[in-house]
Amino acid sequence: MAELSNQLMAITVLAYLAAMIGYAAEYAFGNRSHVGRAAARPAKQLVGAGAPVPPQVEAPVVEERAPLDRGAWAGRIAVGVNALGLLLHLGALVARGVAAGRMPWGNMYEFLMSVTFVGSAVWLGLVIRKPGVRHLGLFVTLALVVLLGADGLIAYTPVGPLVPALHSYWFVIHVSTIILASGIFLVGAVPATMFLIKTGYDQGKRRFPYTLGKRMPGAATLERLTFRLHAFAFPLFTFGALIAGPLWAEASWGRYWGWDPKEVWAFISWVVYACYLHARATPSVKRTVATWIALLGFATMLMNLFGVNLFFSGMHSYANAGGM
Amino acid sequence: MTAVEERTAPPAAPPPRRPNGLWALLRNSWRQLTSMRTALILLFLLAVAAIPGSVLPQRPVSAENVSKYFAAHPTLAPFLDRLGGFDVYASAWFAAIYLLLFTSLVGCVVPRLLDHARTLRTPPPDAPKRLDRLPQHAAAGPRPDEPAAAAEAVAAILRRRRFRTVVREQQGGAWTVAGEKGYLKETGNLLFHFALLAVLVGVGFGHWYGWHGNRLLVAGADRGFCNSVTQYDESSLGPRVDPADLPHFCLTLTDFTASYQSNGTPKSFLATVDVSQNDGPARSRTFTVNQPLRLHHANVHLLGHGYAPILRYTDRYGQQQTKVVPFLPTDGMLTSEGVAQFPDVNIDPKTNKRDDKLQVGFEGVYLPTVSPGGSPASAFPAQRSPALFLTAYRGDLGVDVGIPGSVYALDRSQIANGELKQVSGVRPHELKPGGTWTLDDGTKLEFLGTRQFVTLSIRYDPTQPLVLGGAVVGLIGLMMSLAGHRRRVWFRAAPLEASEGSSGGTVMEAGGLPRTDYPGFGDEFDALVSAAKDEGTP
Repeated sequence: MAELSNQLMAITVLAYLAAMIGYAAEYAFGNRSHVGRAAARPAKQLVGAGAPVPPQVEAPVVEERAPLDRGAWAGRIAVGVNALGLLLHLGALVARGVAAGRMPWGNMYEFLMSVTFVGSAVWLGLVIRKPGVRHLGLFVTLALVVLLGADGLIAYTPVGPLVPALHSYWFVIHVSTIILASGIFLVGAVPATMFLIKTGYDQGKRRFPYTLGKRMPGAATLERLTFRLHAFAFPLFTFGALIAGPLWAEASWGRYWGWDPKEVWAFISWVVYACYLHARATPSVKRTVATWIALLGFATMLMNLFGVNLFFSGMHSYANAGGM
Repeated sequence: MTAVEERTAPPAAPPPRRPNGLWALLRNSWRQLTSMRTALILLFLLAVAAIPGSVLPQRPVSAENVSKYFAAHPTLAPFLDRLGGFDVYASAWFAAIYLLLFTSLVGCVVPRLLDHARTLRTPPPDAPKRLDRLPQHAAAGPRPDEPAAAAEAVAAILRRRRFRTVVREQQGGAWTVAGEKGYLKETGNLLFHFALLAVLVGVGFGHWYGWHGNRLLVAGADRGFCNSVTQYDESSLGPRVDPADLPHFCLTLTDFTASYQSNGTPKSFLATVDVSQNDGPARSRTFTVNQPLRLHHANVHLLGHGYAPILRYTDRYGQQQTKVVPFLPTDGMLTSEGVAQFPDVNIDPKTNKRDDKLQVGFEGVYLPTVSPGGSPASAFPAQRSPALFLTAYRGDLGVDVGIPGSVYALDRSQIANGELKQVSGVRPHELKPGGTWTLDDGTKLEFLGTRQFVTLSIRYDPTQPLVLGGAVVGLIGLMMSLAGHRRRVWFRAAPLEASEGSSGGTVMEAGGLPRTDYPGFGDEFDALVSAAKDEGTP
């Protein structure tokens, strides 16, 4: 079963790579996305009546039944391959869980495998509900492939049982919510990055990263998507890291909070994401600044995963990569 | 975020009083502190200030690692220490940041609470004159009924959808309906912030009124432990805790079982203890990792375990002494290090005086499973083929000089100054359970076997329920705040000009204003308008 899981994982990465190529083909040869086109039209002028009106420039998404061009076909195929990859990914996780006889969240390898699975699933759910954002797929699958590659290269751990410290129902609650939150933050970081690129492009910047913005959905759409993903993940993360985690820590280590390196960085991520939500709710703070803060939050999540696991020792060390 | 009242002074007003400089400074500082910009900066600073605590070793986590850091960085460490780098989360600057942040928070949320309380008591404002200037606007159709009845019907629709609704009569026979919804957003937001304050208060009081201690407990009725400060190996009491306040209970470890995978990683632990609380009868209780022993006002957590060899020393006068000495594990396979010291031996029965030159100490390692290859480390954590490897010392152990020394190592300075001499061979002597070792002076050491020991952390934090409650309420508030949307809708029902043949009726229009970023508002507004239309067409 463990061997099967590894093989499925390899095929999963290949499927994501194929999906990435499909998205890239659409990106390169296709038309601008629906939303992108809609955003390109002059937005309806809204007139405020005394009260401040939120800067709502998003025009309604028009589902035009335009004949599908080659690019759109590539995009649709990419979504299909992506979905296939997701199924394989699920298979790899299940095989791993069966091989270990427990939930496959016991070490860094399995954690990252699950986070990317959540990221992939959330992305597919998103692209099925809103086909207009399909152009983001290139960057989502890129992130998935990079993270899974890093996972296999530096964090691979053979299947093994859990140490007694992890024998608790809190293991399921604490780890699963953090995996969910991390997966959604991962997907949220993609429109955040693209919003910054698109804003730069709209301001007339034509240097490299900004040229990617040409075919992106409208900046306001990207920004709102960023916010909604983060606003969904933040309470989950709060529950997983700051409520379930301390509850378990109290039962296991006797104190609910002890400034273990993992706890410190979870606290830092939480504070930075809280900063993002506050900055976004403050009209005087520019949306680009707020979005930079969201990306900083994701950087702290990555630091907590890679930096803390590989370089710091602490009480969460069973989450480390094998052989480290 | 304080609302600043600005009024244009009437032209004939006397020149404004010269503001008191100090007062102005204070007021401006307060406004500055409670502004969102400052709060954001303080939040950021809090995140940045937390970083050193994960990079540098921290005293409350591991004092031992701090000492190691001092040894490795002799010039840098004292400097960092003065900055509080080894106890970041108790340092003045960390406290300064979070106290300023929470002051800013209080300055922000208290006025907002008052505002919100006022809003909750204020009915939704009347419709603006021009509904067509609102972000959402639609005609809700001509209706056959009178404006008053039409307004009531629409108000009923709004009330059913949980809008707070007011119907007002206007001049000229028109009626307006004002509806507002989404108050829970601000309620949740305030709830979240006040819950954070509760958590801070809880953490603070927990620090004052909590206590904890660590204790190594060897199995056996003769090795019981009763809860008092002197019985702990290490303890820390909150500033408001008196040693006499500790709850009374006694523990005796009666059994400890551990099971392992074939590769030596642990599978399960189970400790069995006899507990008596407040001098009551002893009751047998079991606990394990993740399932602490919960006593009245104390929780006993299992942190680790190991072996304590039982050693019997027979001195040159035939007197015997038996000691149970815990050896501390140094790796996952329970390779353990320890020392057995016998200061009160070789006392001449004639003079009854102790000879400081004839004290005896043994130092070495205990391997629960000796590896066949002769490696100095244990091969398995269970006692499959146990052996002790000891080196014997004789002389002055230096235990009476009044300096508290480690009970797990011999006094190195006594060995260095020649007061304590090694009397066994270069290689440590191997002892199997039941084995006897006769030293050069004819005295004997017997290895009778081992007992298990556990390391326990015993803690009490009275404000844990408050902190947990605060966190849960905060999460609920957070979700309300993130999911809610404040919005207003208005309907105006004006009498239709009575033309020939028709007897009036109502012309109805509607407007909507989302007060927060709410992409779904258009759909909701359309649904409301069509509901109003459906109501109007019989």
